[in-house]
Amino acid sequence: MKILLTGARIIDPAQKIDADMDVLLENGKIAKIGSDLLKSVKSRDSEKVKIIELAGMILTPGLIDMHTHLREPGFEYKETVASGAAAAVAGGFTSIACMPNTSPVNDNRSITEFIRRKAVEAALANVYPIGAISKDSSGSQLTEFWDLKDAGVVALSDDGKPVMDAALMRRAMEYAYSLELPIISHCEDINLSGGGLMNEGYYSTILGLGGIPSIAEEAMVARDILIAEFTKTCVHIAHVSTAGSVRLIHEAKKRGLRVTAETAPHYFTLTDEALQGYDTNLKVNPPLRSTEDVAAIKEGLADGTLDAIACDHAPHGRTDKELEFEYAEKGISGLETSLALSLNLIQEKVLSWSELIAKMSPNPARILNLSKGTLQAGADADITVINPQLKWTVDIKTFRSRGKNSPFHGRKMQGKAILTIVGGEIKYALPSLKV
Amino acid sequence: MKLEKKDILGMKDLTVEEINLILETAESFLEISTREIKKVPTLRGKTIINLFFEASTRTRTSFEIAGKRLSADTINISSSTSSVVKGETLIDTARNLEAMNPDVIVIRHSAAGAPHLLASLVKQSIINAGDGAHEHPTQALLDMMTIKEKKGKIAGLKVAIVGDITHSRVARSNIYGLSKMGAEVFLAGPATMLPRDIEQMGVKVYNRLEDAIASADVVMMLRIQLERQKQNIFPSLREYSQHYCLNRSNIKLAKKDVIVMHPGPINRGVEISPDIADDPSYSVILDQVNKGVAVRMALLYLLTGGNE
Repeated sequence: MKILLTGARIIDPAQKIDADMDVLLENGKIAKIGSDLLKSVKSRDSEKVKIIELAGMILTPGLIDMHTHLREPGFEYKETVASGAAAAVAGGFTSIACMPNTSPVNDNRSITEFIRRKAVEAALANVYPIGAISKDSSGSQLTEFWDLKDAGVVALSDDGKPVMDAALMRRAMEYAYSLELPIISHCEDINLSGGGLMNEGYYSTILGLGGIPSIAEEAMVARDILIAEFTKTCVHIAHVSTAGSVRLIHEAKKRGLRVTAETAPHYFTLTDEALQGYDTNLKVNPPLRSTEDVAAIKEGLADGTLDAIACDHAPHGRTDKELEFEYAEKGISGLETSLALSLNLIQEKVLSWSELIAKMSPNPARILNLSKGTLQAGADADITVINPQLKWTVDIKTFRSRGKNSPFHGRKMQGKAILTIVGGEIKYALPSLKV
Repeated sequence: MKLEKKDILGMKDLTVEEINLILETAESFLEISTREIKKVPTLRGKTIINLFFEASTRTRTSFEIAGKRLSADTINISSSTSSVVKGETLIDTARNLEAMNPDVIVIRHSAAGAPHLLASLVKQSIINAGDGAHEHPTQALLDMMTIKEKKGKIAGLKVAIVGDITHSRVARSNIYGLSKMGAEVFLAGPATMLPRDIEQMGVKVYNRLEDAIASADVVMMLRIQLERQKQNIFPSLREYSQHYCLNRSNIKLAKKDVIVMHPGPINRGVEISPDIADDPSYSVILDQVNKGVAVRMALLYLLTGGNE
């Protein structure tokens, strides 16, 4: 089947395109991109082409979220591969990479294959598993990187169980580099963060909650940069939340080191001040930081220090969150709010459209070595169409994710994905959009 | 005047007027505890549940006596610290209690914010009897009542609070309360016991006890928790007591008529030397306990609409 998307403003940072153009999709690929394709299609084979009018809309290469948690196997009540993939396409994401902290941990090819099979059955978004660095993510022995890669993992990470052993991290970075597998580092020194529940500062002091100091993140960012430099390898820093981390990564990049980094929408949207009231939906790791950190994150996004925006989608069930703050799980269900929160960066003139889309599609594709993130003829027909004007209110009851744990419930947003196409097939369309 | 509040969760939320109302009401209740028949019928037919998820003798007993002296029915529920361990969530416990229609629920919990969670769930009044390292408003109120009685005022006084501020809910509630009432608050402790950005609460911070208590009107010593030694908050009780124990010699730095307070239970010889703790010319520790009953009577009375 052919689809012609016409009348939208096309933003394809990979090709440096920002113009009103048409896109023709055929056999799951992008057949052609150009102006006035409508005329030639109409004259030739209009019968066989589905034409979708998109005047006033923004059309981008399919958005890629490189940091989600799908909870299957093990915690299906929080999220399954299928429910997570449904949330992804509803949020405008055509591809997602999922962290290995399932139960059992994705530390061997059978789990990787299981996740991929579930994704194929769901047939919604592309799902790219991330394998564990160490067996059971326990930080002692490397997993079989080669086997995991053959099974389909696109990166390695012990995610929320940070690799505390620097020697193990060094070996992981060396071994993974030889296989062209990126290492994603959740930077947290758990001795420094131990017992902490929120950012350490004035608000943790008045709320009487244990603090997680910014240095718990920064010490590990510094360590991993040093290892990458010494071993001449690369590292990707997950969910950067502090000004100090931004500074360290900025300096590393300036020195030509191969360090990439992501942040998540909540780190440029909320501060620790919001925790007054003990809303467990605001409990997240790393924690929401200070106003100064938020400003530094925005600066890091603007100057290119931070390459990608990733949700760190962390769905949880009600039983995980309807508890005392201390006992509640950490995480925000983010796939269905990430785009709108990120669009605020354009409103606030932190990023241009091209810069924002680069951080949500081609940059994550490059970091994960995916041949995605562009609208070039011949590329996979993964496309996100955004209505930048659409005003809506976040309502967790409408989430496709099983995780209703969003601190943004009730928040007024502007801008939403209205059409998500994966491999040439429409996987999500706003009900009001007649397609 | 009425107390237009459903709950007493912290000193942070109370206005100067509300604090004054509570203290004045408490003063009027003091006398009841000196009678031969220490009971008035004011809260007859009211039910008060003391829900204690953390060990407590003093505070729980104080609330229980306060309720009984006002003729309320008081029920004590003590449970192990963590509702997770217990297998029933705080939310379920709360809903069950709510269904039994009490009038006030007094809660102590090791998790900061637990009383707020409870207050958001049930229609009954909640009194925070201490939540983690967050607040302990009834302690601050009884401290202020004691200070007011001994000094005739709170405004303009210099109050030093010494010890592990980081883990102290008593310190936080007193900082809020005393600052609102116009006192100057000075803190002292090793840097490991002073939480980050505490100066932003409007207090002066020192590392040496001597600097904080110099010309103080009130010195409040906090209990040192031995188990904190494991977290390397301090190297040893021996060293701590050498530098942070209030004794006969360093107390001379304070005003002549200084009063010494302690929320209890005291570690004799650790944060306070026995001869200071037992010296009635300094120590008002047992007055604090005495005021505690009156303050809690006042809160129970005000929250159940007793003044309508």
